[in-house]
Amino acid sequence: MTGLFEPLTLKFGGTTIVLDADGGLFLPEHRLLAVADIHLEKGNAFARRGMPIPPYDTNATLDRLVRLCARHDAQTVVSMGDAFHDRAGPAGLEPGQVECLRALTQRYDWLWLAGNHDPQPWLGAGGLTETTIEIGPLTLVHEPGSSGKAFEIAGHLHPKARLRGRALGVSRPCFALDQQRLIMPAFGAYTGGLNVLDPAIATLLAASFSAVILGDKRLFRLPAAKLTPDPPRWQMVLENE
Amino acid sequence: MGHTQQEMPLPPSLQTFFAGRGWQVRAHQWAMLAAAEAGADALLIAPTGGGKTLAGFLPSLRDLAEGGSGKLHTLYISPLKALTTDIARNLEAPINAMGAAIRHESRTGDTPANRRKRQREKPPDILLTTPESLALLISYENAADYFADLRSVIIDELHALADNKRGALLSLSLARLRALAPNARFSGLSATVAEPNTLLRYLSPDLANAQIVMAQGAKSPELSMILPDAYMPWSGHIALYAIPEIMKLIEGAGTTLVFVNTRAQAELVFGALWKANDQSLPIALHHGSLAVEQRRRVEAAMAQGVLRAVVCTSSLDLGIDWGAVDLVVQVGAPKGSSRLLQRVGRANHRLDEPSRAVLIPANRFEVLECLAAQDAVRDVTLDGGELCLGGLDVLAQHIMGVACSGPFDADALYQTVLAAAPFADLKRADFDAVLNFVATGGYALQSYPRYRRLRQMADGRYELADGRVRRAYRMNVGTIVEQPTLKVKYKRGRALGEIEEYFISMLSPGDTFLFAGRLLAFEGIQGNDAIVANARKAGQPKVPAYAGGRLPLSTHLADRVRTMLADQTQWQNLPVQVQEWLRQQGERSGFADPDELLVETFERKGRYFLVAYCFAGRNAHQTLGMLLTRRMQRAGTHPLGFVASDYCIATWSLHPPTDLDALFDVDILGDDLEAWMDESSMIKRTFRNCAVVAGLIERRQPGEEKTGRQVTFNADMIYEVLRKYEPDHILLRAARAEAAAGLTDIRRLADLLVAIQGKIRHHDLPRISPFAVSIIADIGREFVEGDSIDAVLDQITADLVAEALGDDDFAAA
Repeated sequence: MTGLFEPLTLKFGGTTIVLDADGGLFLPEHRLLAVADIHLEKGNAFARRGMPIPPYDTNATLDRLVRLCARHDAQTVVSMGDAFHDRAGPAGLEPGQVECLRALTQRYDWLWLAGNHDPQPWLGAGGLTETTIEIGPLTLVHEPGSSGKAFEIAGHLHPKARLRGRALGVSRPCFALDQQRLIMPAFGAYTGGLNVLDPAIATLLAASFSAVILGDKRLFRLPAAKLTPDPPRWQMVLENE
Repeated sequence: MGHTQQEMPLPPSLQTFFAGRGWQVRAHQWAMLAAAEAGADALLIAPTGGGKTLAGFLPSLRDLAEGGSGKLHTLYISPLKALTTDIARNLEAPINAMGAAIRHESRTGDTPANRRKRQREKPPDILLTTPESLALLISYENAADYFADLRSVIIDELHALADNKRGALLSLSLARLRALAPNARFSGLSATVAEPNTLLRYLSPDLANAQIVMAQGAKSPELSMILPDAYMPWSGHIALYAIPEIMKLIEGAGTTLVFVNTRAQAELVFGALWKANDQSLPIALHHGSLAVEQRRRVEAAMAQGVLRAVVCTSSLDLGIDWGAVDLVVQVGAPKGSSRLLQRVGRANHRLDEPSRAVLIPANRFEVLECLAAQDAVRDVTLDGGELCLGGLDVLAQHIMGVACSGPFDADALYQTVLAAAPFADLKRADFDAVLNFVATGGYALQSYPRYRRLRQMADGRYELADGRVRRAYRMNVGTIVEQPTLKVKYKRGRALGEIEEYFISMLSPGDTFLFAGRLLAFEGIQGNDAIVANARKAGQPKVPAYAGGRLPLSTHLADRVRTMLADQTQWQNLPVQVQEWLRQQGERSGFADPDELLVETFERKGRYFLVAYCFAGRNAHQTLGMLLTRRMQRAGTHPLGFVASDYCIATWSLHPPTDLDALFDVDILGDDLEAWMDESSMIKRTFRNCAVVAGLIERRQPGEEKTGRQVTFNADMIYEVLRKYEPDHILLRAARAEAAAGLTDIRRLADLLVAIQGKIRHHDLPRISPFAVSIIADIGREFVEGDSIDAVLDQITADLVAEALGDDDFAAA
């Protein structure tokens, strides 16, 4: 792969936001970088249930996180909930992985928001915890709707967009947003997704919402009307994930 | 082969059976008896209708003339479930005539659980089964006992198994059987193939004790090609222009099988025939997506002789003999001579009369291909009979199955595996890596210390660490990984069949589509069903797109077509329409010698086209298209897309391509190939299949989604992580090897590129050539894959813009 990352800059709640193809959101005026649903150690959680999927997801996710941080001039980094896939997660980290997290939390003002997978975030590698963050007119929170505020930026739902047209369709993680709310893509290497047209996401947004789809290096903004729902069985499967 | 009744008498009861039918024991049947007498393995090569199956069973029937012993004596394996049932029925005649107490039963995925249980506890004398059911049988804990007295293993339609992934798994099961049943002999039954020795090696590791029995050839089939009076199309693959002629053929024959190449084509041809069916003749449709009951009804009606024609795909290539078929029509070019011969053999299953078949080409290139196939069948030069790849994912599944049957010794298992022909060259290090994968996941990073499926015992043998693994193994056995499908159903009524989910996902309520020979209107989705109603008015129906199913043109037929094009003295024998087409090609462009590559370039509507007539089959061409466009991208030609057919590849770009020799340089197979392969959606799909076959992720079981027990994992995510962090993991190696051998056809592409270095015959044209029309017309109909995700997203956004601006000329279909 060649080519540079091309972020997408837009206005949300009167604030400039920069979306990154790795799935991060940067507020240049506040030098704040946010990611949602990192789900570290998800592979380990599956292996404990008898599925020996490759154990590299935590490394992959951390590598991407470091890369993302290096690309933006952030002072504060916010993990918007579900940093670990389950409660046993932190115990599965290898020493090097803990070191990597500690280096990040020392370099930045690091905030772990609570998520439904980690209502009491693990602070063993540093950082502080909060339930919500208000910054200018914006509010950052794990579950959409739970802050009751306008201009809410949330995670939790793992939005993905499916594009019509090509034989097999293309389904990619995306940001989903309207004038009032922005839902972040899931950041973890093993995080699945839910189609943005699913009522669980679509009913939270105005009918004219749009999806900003993550390419490899670039982002693609499309109106909801140009997207297509998943076949029914896939919805079931992903909801249960 | 010189054997007679005198030296090797049949038991009187079997003699009575033959006499009662007025049959003579044929030479090849004697030969099979003689091989059994000598304790040798035997491969019988016979055309359809030669009493082939009976020849396979005769030695067993002779052994069992006094009745069975209550132990499993003979195991029959067929690639088709339906065939085991049919053969079981056909065995009743000789067994009843013999009056012997011989129990024979079939066992497939459809066999009820209570009967399977009984079969395991009290085996029949003869068991008829499929490769998947055999894999299950040898995974049971009593397998060693169960097969200890087995005397005979018969593998039917061996040619249809040995060259594919199912055959790889079967080869391991057979090797295991040999170890469990030292007294068993192995017989293979095959249609005529190009490489019988390869099949013999598949059947038997000990060539000194194995023989090939050739049945006397059938009468050469009578093949003809019909070119309708109508205008012959320059492109397309459906041949709808020929419907009146096909109807006439059906009207003029007793019973006709109309073979087509794809399920979509079957729907279209059936629909068109139905409209042209003025006499309301009973014509039916048969393909692999139709409901099983529907297919059985058609087969039964066929057997009773009440149908005048069946439009079918390869779903009827194999199967029970129907004496009543007296004409085969092949619509569209046959793609390979062995396949054509097999299909032609479905007509007139009697050795003493020739089969009759008519070929109907869909376009002008296909005329050449049909003629080539006709010549090949006449000269009996065949293709096929190649051996499948011994995939590491298949080996992983087998090792798991062995572990399910009980503790095993790794050294002994390795030796057994080497006896399977596809795995004969397996390195010990690779075997150990696969074993390690089965045991622990086999990752270099050992971060799941508590996770084990196998553990080593004190004596060094391996055993299951957790009995629950058995259930997962049994639910996921086999190598066929189906595309996710939805049942197509009337609101209150029966299921018509199944369609790939992604096709349904592109429909909106009210859209009409052709399926099961009906024009259906899509109403919506309920659970796992797509609910449909009969459409009231014909709009512009969609035709379901089905994944796969299209075989590439065989090398052998491709060579014949090239030779035909190069030898202008032969052209006078071609149909007039084709001669005219060739003459125009000669005037407006030109030809190449057989050892050269013809390349045309021309401009059309601001796009610069390049068409290369490689004749390497569509899979190799797809790969070449991907590589050429990558290279053009780097050269600043700005390619916009490509399309591949069996005959040629076309690219189009914003700037004219330059330096063709560099473009086609053989080094294109180096880094570019690797880089593309690793990113292509094709390899991801292959990886998903390998991960399922190897037992890393489970198949989605019908109904599990509803209960919420579903634990699924997106294989693409695993692929991405593994590729980055452990690029040599055996599952990635398995996927790369499978993709290289199959979908990308890299070997064929390499052969082509090496052969044409410095031999490009380039014609720079003012406009599109007659040859090029065939492929340029396919643009927009063909799906191009393997682009990077950004390129695909670019393309989709560009399509949407084009749609908005009303310029659909270059938008994807």
